[in-house]
Amino acid sequence: MLALFARDIRLNIRAGGGALTGVIFFLAVIATIPFGVGPDLKLLARIGPAILWIGALLSCLLGLDRLFQADREDGSLDLLVLGNDRHMLALTVLVKCLAHWAGSVLPLVVAAPLLGLFMNMEPLGIGATALTLLVGTPAITFIGAAGAAVAVALPRGGLLISVLVLPLTIPVLIFGVSASYGATANPDPFLQPFLILAALTLFLGVLGPVSAALALQHGTD
Amino acid sequence: MRLIAENLGGERGGDAVFSGIGFALKEGQALVVTGPNGSGKSTLLRVIAGLLPLAEGSVRIEGGGEAFPSVASACHYLGHQNAMKPALSVAENLRFWRDFNGDGQLGVEEALETVGLGGIGHLPFGYLSTGQRRRAAIAKLLVSHRPLWLLDEPTAGLDKASEARFAGLMTRHCTDGGMIVAATHLPLGLDGAKGLMMGEAG
Repeated sequence: MLALFARDIRLNIRAGGGALTGVIFFLAVIATIPFGVGPDLKLLARIGPAILWIGALLSCLLGLDRLFQADREDGSLDLLVLGNDRHMLALTVLVKCLAHWAGSVLPLVVAAPLLGLFMNMEPLGIGATALTLLVGTPAITFIGAAGAAVAVALPRGGLLISVLVLPLTIPVLIFGVSASYGATANPDPFLQPFLILAALTLFLGVLGPVSAALALQHGTD
Repeated sequence: MRLIAENLGGERGGDAVFSGIGFALKEGQALVVTGPNGSGKSTLLRVIAGLLPLAEGSVRIEGGGEAFPSVASACHYLGHQNAMKPALSVAENLRFWRDFNGDGQLGVEEALETVGLGGIGHLPFGYLSTGQRRRAAIAKLLVSHRPLWLLDEPTAGLDKASEARFAGLMTRHCTDGGMIVAATHLPLGLDGAKGLMMGEAG
């Protein structure tokens, strides 16, 4: 399992792109917002957490279609499915998700504080948003894995995955953004939405890989 | 250990490709599946491995014990694709499959020597020629132990010398008590192998 994690991370870095495409897209989205909204610093600071979250969500969806498709194209996926008796397939999927998250999504979380400055956010708000992204983005990867497994056989599955997965990520977005606001806006609570966000990640950490494994097992042809 | 298939039927996209195929393999035996294109050789192998659902019949491993309870856990499947990553080096690819599959047998360097690729383990897999890629995929069969080899056109792209070397490897696998099911339309040089001819009508 550790071997699989190491392999996927290595591929992510070496194949060039994987990790960087997401960050560059994230940067592009956030950097254009101030130009579109105009030089109203108060407004930018107010919508900052929401914009960061939306940008991160869309960047997460960007690389998801390659999660299983690359393995399917070179035949590795068959062997991963055949290994089901030794390494339960859901666990294999979970490890692939974690590797994908660490390789492609974690850089987004790291970049978020810098991009928060573009939005004229306070240090506390930036910290809270980065923390909620750290806790919430794995959930997006886990749901995305189920979508990627369903669309694995489609050559242009990227858009379909985004359409399938986007409605399911809405709760994550809502609680992520409300926790980020809770840290700065005084009457709003921070802890409650943050805990629900953490619960969502844990719940989807089980549901996503299990359903993705089911889809992969029935999708081999 | 025995591999038993009874009255197997397979389908592709709802159409039956073959039906009523049965065979039994004991330790040390090999089965060579031949037939024209489209007769269902690859489908048969994928059905045996469990990658495609059975349309009818059954296939099972007997006497595999704790280590090999099912066909999927007892087999190496070598399909048309080599299941190697072009961006990783040959040795990294093999080391990954050795760790993932478990039951280590030969070391990575040793396996590469055996297929005649000694000294190129550091090259990215993507740099290799078609025949070299196939040989690296064959080395994957050697790094971890499985009693049953399911081989789909294993010698595609190999030169004469490599074919002969691979025939030797298969013979040794059988002598050690392994089993082989190979789909091919080229002679594999396996002495005493059973034959199964797949016709248009199944």
